Amino acid sequence: MFLWFHKLGSPPHFYRIAGKWIPWLSSIFLVLLLAGLYGGLIEAPPDYQQGDSYRIIFVHVPAAWMSLFIYVAMAFCGAVIIIWRMKLAEVVLISSAPIGASFTFLALATGSLWGKPMWGTYWVWDARLTSELILLFLYLGVIGLHNAIDDKRVASRAVAILTLVGVVNIPIIHYSVEWWHSLHQGATVTKFDKPSIHWSMLIPLLLMALAFQVYYVLALFQKCRVELLQRERNSKWVEEL
Amino acid sequence: MMEFLQMGGYAVFVWPSYALAALVLWLNWYLPRKQHEKELRQLRRRYKAEQK
Amino acid sequence: MSQRLSLAQAFVFLLRRDLLLAMRNRAEYAMPLLFFVLVITLFPLALGALPELLARIAPGIIWVAALLAAMLSLDSIFRSDFDDGSLEQILLSAHPVAVLVLAKVSAHWLVTGLPLLLVAPLLAEMLGMPATAQPILLLTILIGTPILSLIGAIGVALTVGLRKGGIILSLLVLPLYVPVLIFAASATENAAMGFEVSAQIYMLLAFLFLSLSLSPWATAAALRMSAS
Repeated sequence: MFLWFHKLGSPPHFYRIAGKWIPWLSSIFLVLLLAGLYGGLIEAPPDYQQGDSYRIIFVHVPAAWMSLFIYVAMAFCGAVIIIWRMKLAEVVLISSAPIGASFTFLALATGSLWGKPMWGTYWVWDARLTSELILLFLYLGVIGLHNAIDDKRVASRAVAILTLVGVVNIPIIHYSVEWWHSLHQGATVTKFDKPSIHWSMLIPLLLMALAFQVYYVLALFQKCRVELLQRERNSKWVEEL
Repeated sequence: MMEFLQMGGYAVFVWPSYALAALVLWLNWYLPRKQHEKELRQLRRRYKAEQK
Repeated sequence: MSQRLSLAQAFVFLLRRDLLLAMRNRAEYAMPLLFFVLVITLFPLALGALPELLARIAPGIIWVAALLAAMLSLDSIFRSDFDDGSLEQILLSAHPVAVLVLAKVSAHWLVTGLPLLLVAPLLAEMLGMPATAQPILLLTILIGTPILSLIGAIGVALTVGLRKGGIILSLLVLPLYVPVLIFAASATENAAMGFEVSAQIYMLLAFLFLSLSLSPWATAAALRMSAS
């Protein structure tokens, strides 16, 4: 088991294995996506307060969860990069960044579209929205810094440090709705007691969240393969492809 | 069907949200794939040139 | 240079060296301060100088200006050392780089952050900030500007080797500055309206201690990477 994991860390093996997994992940993703969309758009009843507009939740919340999850994954890679200088961690970190930034943007945009009919405004400078916006800037900063440094191994270390410094933002985002009175609604799913959301809405939500998770891995593998090719273009295993 | 598309009057908010999601998901899949193919093409050209 | 200096002596040496350099280049170090004053004076000019409006937004204006001035001044922490090779000397020394970094950041704060403290009361008065808020403003500047120097140092260390480092530096550092801005401005506003400020002050102190303990290490790591 450990040996398999060790092998996975080597670029040529990862390249191959990721390539094999991508079609499977795509199928799983599509199944989850369709199930989630069906459950959310067709099966689930309209909310008695919000009517049909609440259905934005099925993309907004999974996107927001992914935006946080991906950054934490990147921070984890950052720690691995600084401690062990593992090449694969470098590739995973930088490949995750655009995906994380996209989800952050999506969370902000869909939240904005949901906010207008429900709470009367596209934007408000409360703690959660502002800290999510900062998260977007952090992602963009990571991408920008990595681009600016020519030597990619050095760039990865720089970006690792930046990611780790920015990780303090994540708990701020998550707990912001508890710490500050906010326009954004409080936690309904990630509470430790019974979630205060009806199961007919919870199930599609979880399905979509899972779909987005699988998508992340799928898109990540895709991007990692490209990144590996670019970084290792002078090495033997690339020649042999 | 019309009722579904109307989304209780909120269509102008709900459907763009889903459209944005679809766009984001598609781009993060499509752009790396195109990059990948480009990389492979460039590499093949390079090795052909080196063989000579 | 003798390696037989103790850590404390090395710290003091580096601190005094940077302060001396700053004294000799007084013009260069006065510029961020001037920028601070200039930016603040732009607002009454642009917004029509209504006293109630200015008094209301004074805390925010002063703090945004402080942020921008801090960012402008950051380059001076490591740039000249990078250019003339003394950065490598610092990295090669037998002493922990994090402590030496702390010396440089302290010098930076003394030269750029502390003057803000002296000028701020005057500007606050000019903007019509209520007298009740001014001590809190000074307190937030006292606690906040070291945080700006400490966090800024990480950003500079990450970008000192880059050609267009200045722009990227601003983009990297501003998101990290935002929490300081939020709490400092909020504390001052609350003080102006007569509300409680202890929560915000405690948060600022927490940030200060967090950055004091962690940022020198992050900066040292970033410097090693930049100089390689």
